[in-house]
Amino acid sequence: MTTVTEPGYADLPRLISLMTGDEKHSAAAESTLDVLWVLYDRVLDVTPENFREPDRDRFLLSKGHGPMAYYAVLTAKGFLAEAELPTWSDPVSRLGHHPDRRRIPGVEISSGSLGHGLPIALGTALGLRARGLTRAKVVTLVGDAELDEGSNHEAIVVAARDGLENLTTVVIDNQSSTRGWPGGIARRFAVEGWETRTVSGRDHEALYDAFTTAHPGRPLAVVAVVEPKG
Amino acid sequence: MLPMRETFLATTERIIDADPDVAVVLADISAAQLAGAARRHPDRVINVGIREQLLVSTGAGLALAGLRPIVHTFPSFLVERAFEQIKLDFSHQEVGGVLVSWGASYDMSTAGRTHQSPGDVALIDSLPGWTVHVPGHPEEARRLLLESIPGDGRVYLRLSAQENVSPHLGVGFTRLRSGSSGVVVAVGPVLDRVLRATAGLDVTVLYASTIRPFDGAGLRSAVLDASASVVLVEPYLAGTSAYWVTEALSDVPHRLKALGVRRDAEVRTYGGIADHDLAHGLDAGSLGLSIREFLGE
Repeated sequence: MTTVTEPGYADLPRLISLMTGDEKHSAAAESTLDVLWVLYDRVLDVTPENFREPDRDRFLLSKGHGPMAYYAVLTAKGFLAEAELPTWSDPVSRLGHHPDRRRIPGVEISSGSLGHGLPIALGTALGLRARGLTRAKVVTLVGDAELDEGSNHEAIVVAARDGLENLTTVVIDNQSSTRGWPGGIARRFAVEGWETRTVSGRDHEALYDAFTTAHPGRPLAVVAVVEPKG
Repeated sequence: MLPMRETFLATTERIIDADPDVAVVLADISAAQLAGAARRHPDRVINVGIREQLLVSTGAGLALAGLRPIVHTFPSFLVERAFEQIKLDFSHQEVGGVLVSWGASYDMSTAGRTHQSPGDVALIDSLPGWTVHVPGHPEEARRLLLESIPGDGRVYLRLSAQENVSPHLGVGFTRLRSGSSGVVVAVGPVLDRVLRATAGLDVTVLYASTIRPFDGAGLRSAVLDASASVVLVEPYLAGTSAYWVTEALSDVPHRLKALGVRRDAEVRTYGGIADHDLAHGLDAGSLGLSIREFLGE
């Protein structure tokens, strides 16, 4: 009897190498990799089997550039076939330098232009609440530089006023915002009423706890701090 | 009957009461009028405040969650200010919604350029697959709104303070007059002025309150029955539908005069709506002169 093991975290660098062509891709080169892994491995209830169900959890990648880590995690979790990865960005490939929801099953939004994911996620969280699908979570991933876009701040205010407990924003903080966030990113969310948790974006246990500890009546912002962008 | 804006709001309230799959998103504009609906359905009448990017994105997010969103504010803020949200969050995501504006090109005639939006239909027209309704009467607006709710299409419903005396409920171009020396196309609220302008002229008059999809077959048929001199009269940016006219008549030698809100200058004036009509040559008298000159009559 053979046992087929699902690819794990240790396989992600190899999967990314299939796209980048590096001999040996370092996990640390991908700012989003650990957050994406923890979300898909332990936090989100979304699989190739249930991704069309109305009450699934939803992950909206707002920071759509540099999607190799995302594609690698989707592959490890069975949404994509490994054989597709080397073809990425080819004319025949479904895998572009920004993900396209119409082409890749399980991708909730097509992103690339910054500042769209969180506002859309707010609408989806409101919609799930209106439909009585209170169990489903909506998680969106943004970058600290992406927060420069004012559209995010429109959503930060309204999500908190509406007490959107089913909404989580994870900010990958690699200190790449040109004008910076004096006092820290979490403060921008906290002042409006979000529950905020700042953790290492490389510490899987800390990320898991941050994502899964209850935050009744409030949306959750997880600031995942990683190495400064080189 | 109530004016178009009030008709839209009353109809929307009834839709929200009746259909649990519909949500309306507002950015303060018209929120007071829908306060009763918001009290009854707080999860489905959502006022995001003065945040138009979020207004449009919230609508798209609701659609992704399986609801049918009605998204409403003035056209300058709905279409122009948040255009990338329309392009990406609705079109590129391929989700549906009903965007409803009130204010048209210069309904707020004393408000100046900030509240004028003659380019809204042209902007929407740069995106594939949108249905664009430009009703010329409150009853048309009511019907077109109700018809926009089923399904998951992308709809832009452009309401105006200007209206014709009576509604014309039809699909595509309706032939209101038949003649032989030209075809005059009237879109939405300009119809009554076009009818006055063409009184006594031997022309075909076509009317549409739905301008996208463009009824190329209807235009072509009218041209083949009359003459290939076409006058397009639109209550927004002049020539917005010119591309579709040339597509419909690509193998028919034809002449085209496109009338509408001026492209060559930003008209800085106040006064009433009629003053703006005059400034843009969209009053009945100016239209009559332009049409006669073009047809050589």
